[in-house]
Amino acid sequence: MVDIWEGLSAAFWLIVHFDAELWEISLRSLRVTLTALVIASAIAIPLGTYLAVQRFRYRRFTISMINALMGLPPVVVGLVVYILLSRSGPFGVLNLLFTPTAMIIAQVIIITPVIASIAHQSMRELWAEYHDLLISLNTSKWQRILTLVRDGRRNLLTAALAGFGRAIGEVGAIMIVGGNIDHVTRVLTTAIALETGKGDFALALGLGFVLIGLAIVVNLAIHTLSRTEREGQW
Amino acid sequence: MKRILAAVTMLLWTQAASAEEMRMAVTTSFDNSGLADVLLPAIKTDLDLDLRLLVVGTGQALRLGEAGDVDAVLVHSKAAEEKFVAEGHGTHRREIMYNDFVFVGPNADPAVIADATSAADAVQRIEAAKAPFVSRGDDSGTHKAEKKIWASAGLDSAAFGDWYRPVGAGMGAALNTAAGMNAYIVADRASWLNFGNKGDLGLLYSGDPALFNQYALLPVNPDKNANIRNDLAMKLEAWLTSPRAAELINGYKINGEALFVFNATP
Repeated sequence: MVDIWEGLSAAFWLIVHFDAELWEISLRSLRVTLTALVIASAIAIPLGTYLAVQRFRYRRFTISMINALMGLPPVVVGLVVYILLSRSGPFGVLNLLFTPTAMIIAQVIIITPVIASIAHQSMRELWAEYHDLLISLNTSKWQRILTLVRDGRRNLLTAALAGFGRAIGEVGAIMIVGGNIDHVTRVLTTAIALETGKGDFALALGLGFVLIGLAIVVNLAIHTLSRTEREGQW
Repeated sequence: MKRILAAVTMLLWTQAASAEEMRMAVTTSFDNSGLADVLLPAIKTDLDLDLRLLVVGTGQALRLGEAGDVDAVLVHSKAAEEKFVAEGHGTHRREIMYNDFVFVGPNADPAVIADATSAADAVQRIEAAKAPFVSRGDDSGTHKAEKKIWASAGLDSAAFGDWYRPVGAGMGAALNTAAGMNAYIVADRASWLNFGNKGDLGLLYSGDPALFNQYALLPVNPDKNANIRNDLAMKLEAWLTSPRAAELINGYKINGEALFVFNATP
């Protein structure tokens, strides 16, 4: 228990002292995760909506696959991305291994199924509601998808935030493809793993509390900016 | 939605320009010792070189070298290093410095290894007492050294009962496990001194020459791919074997205790 209090006070002092290294790794965490989130959302939201609107032969199979991929083990994703990006691998010439870009690629792979799955689920319910109206208005497929995305934006935000949550706290994959290099690819989660390895539990916990705080701030900021939970809006 | 995108794009993509850059895979025990925090800034000032450390076990470090993903490797497992060079993955092997392995265990010392006469005797005492023992179990340099000690005592660590616990983790994680279980463990002196969660553990036995732990630098063979910076690896080797490095390495102390002994031959 003492450790937890020490962790809280470590977090407090790190923030109060405006610790330069803490800022650096926190901003890098945000940069990597938010970039991955934007890319993953750009793939997953249209995909989830398309799966709700369109009927095709392997639809059930595709949906099951996406649901199953939600449980992708990050370490395996990391290892596969490592092998692909390794200089001796197929994409070695791009020289992306041990860079933030490699970490973003791994995170996109991890969170795209999560966002697509949740997006599909909520879009399906919305589609059941809008189905007759949109069909009777003789809308094109593209118009239907746009309408659903627009009116379901609150649910899609939840899907994106679920993806954010999974990405910001992830350590297994980015440790392998990023390498936890100081000043280059060290982020909050890998720094926590490192400090735990050094037996400095107070600092590790302190960084952990900073990470939790960061997740809360991002969630609050997104809700405020998108003006959800206000009167007359939803 | 536009606001969110604007806020997000503002946060992203601020890449810093930097000096020449090379990557070296090092062992967790080297990084946990804290010596890197002394050497890296000096390398930056002296050579204008940003040395990027990838902290992994010896097994993975050599694997990264084999794939050509790093420019040099700094590890401590002679047999594996010589194999690495013999197979053409590294250009050569250059000894830099050494420290030693120590036996850490509960201060109550149920196996009485504090009275051991040699490293082999210490492990025999642990085996006889069936006292909990945490092994790295990750094919790292420290793990290989530990297996060698068991073998030198005529014991086969693969056949032990459940008092022998391979955790398959780095030095720090393994020390945490040992602290949690009050078990014996073999660690390198540097990691042990720098370790912050000692709990009820103490340094019980050290000093046998069999516990000698040599670190060596292996520049990766530049024929592997065009991106390997062998020129920088050679620059680094020249620096690591220079009097300046000797001074920093020999002068690095924790609690007044020197951790490494520089022994590169010019």
